[in-house]
Amino acid sequence: MCLGIPGRVERRFEADGAPMGTVDFGGVRKDVCLAYVPELQVGDWTIVHVGFALTRLDEASAKETLAMMRSVGMLDSELGTA
Amino acid sequence: MRFVDEFRDSEKARALAAKIAGLCEPGRQYKLMEVCGGHTHTIYKHGLEDYLPEQITLVHGPGCPVCVIPMGRVDDAMALAAEPDVIMTSFGDMMRVPGSNGSFFDAKARGTDIRMVYSPLDSLKIARQNPDKRVVFMAIGFETTAPSTAMTVLRAAAEGLPNFAIFCNHVTIIPAIKAILDSPDLRLDGFIGPGHVSTVIGCRPYEFIARDYGKPVVVAGFEPLDILQSIYLLMLQLSRGQSIVENQYSRVVPWDGNPVALRAIGQTMELRPYFEWRGLGFISHSALKVRAEYARYDAEQLFSVPGVRVADPKACQCGEVLKGVLKPWECKVFGTACTPETPIGTCMVSPEGACAAYYSYGRLSRTRVKEASRT
Repeated sequence: MCLGIPGRVERRFEADGAPMGTVDFGGVRKDVCLAYVPELQVGDWTIVHVGFALTRLDEASAKETLAMMRSVGMLDSELGTA
Repeated sequence: MRFVDEFRDSEKARALAAKIAGLCEPGRQYKLMEVCGGHTHTIYKHGLEDYLPEQITLVHGPGCPVCVIPMGRVDDAMALAAEPDVIMTSFGDMMRVPGSNGSFFDAKARGTDIRMVYSPLDSLKIARQNPDKRVVFMAIGFETTAPSTAMTVLRAAAEGLPNFAIFCNHVTIIPAIKAILDSPDLRLDGFIGPGHVSTVIGCRPYEFIARDYGKPVVVAGFEPLDILQSIYLLMLQLSRGQSIVENQYSRVVPWDGNPVALRAIGQTMELRPYFEWRGLGFISHSALKVRAEYARYDAEQLFSVPGVRVADPKACQCGEVLKGVLKPWECKVFGTACTPETPIGTCMVSPEGACAAYYSYGRLSRTRVKEASRT
């Protein structure tokens, strides 16, 4: 329930005045409410909780986190501890 | 899946583990609490404890929404569901949580109309399709699910839907963390902060932990490397004698959370003076109720809720597990009388519960270690 599921916005539409989107979760598609992240565009990644998109998955930060992890690994090989 | 494989690279995990081990002061024991049940799940599923030096103990926190629901609330919900013409809707996780007279599943088997929904919005659909029935949604969860309940109430109000209400059991994470910090049973060195709750509340609410209690907090993602990196960042702070709030999960968690979602919660719900948590007892200002303006959507106003208090079964030690005082396998009924198929306590029900996660992933490797040490 608190486990959000990442997915990619495929289509945007309106239902009863609320912004909705069809989100692809690795092959499974669901219509979710985008009211809390109205800036989500088709192609964006998001984390969905119980039918609501709550955040936009930021590609740049994801890459930054990965880079930091890489640097930790690199540091280790330089120090000869890995 | 994107950004998943990269965050499960075992070589990077070993490199991080080596760095973590390098930061341990000789002779010092470290206790770090992962607040969120999602983290507990990842830790057991990927065997992360095996990567860590023995000096570091991970303590599992109270961040599992169904685990903290006291039995009395389940009984209250069953009483609501048994009212004439009521259709109860609930998340799947909640269906197996035992009350004193069985679970929602048991009640459903006895003929009570309880339906599983994926999203609270599905309850509105059911209400529209059944105008002669009253639909009550069993609203549970932390700040991750509260926005969805809030939006559902707002939508029902905008539509003027006359036959929909919620039974509000939403809880808030900060008072629970504070209760644990103030508990004399447990000495913690730092916190792996909840990831998805923080997408809504942001990172600022944790600042008091660093400032007033001197404990570092790192808000963490849910992949194995996210958690190892967060432990590394915590250990780095501890080695420097520092205590600040850091955001390891910045690809998902904005520092200020989601203001739109917070506004919706604030518009429809307000803090209760106190609420009972399983294992933690009564905690003041730790749960939400429907605001008076939306009273017509509040099941507690529309029906008479018995408000029963039920003591947990004597054999069940969920309270100690939720506070991190006991490890799941130290509970007397773990894996014998209490299993995911026939849970006695809530921690065995949800995949986010420490006992269920440990039962599914951890117990075999532990048995192997025990047997190896015997020979």
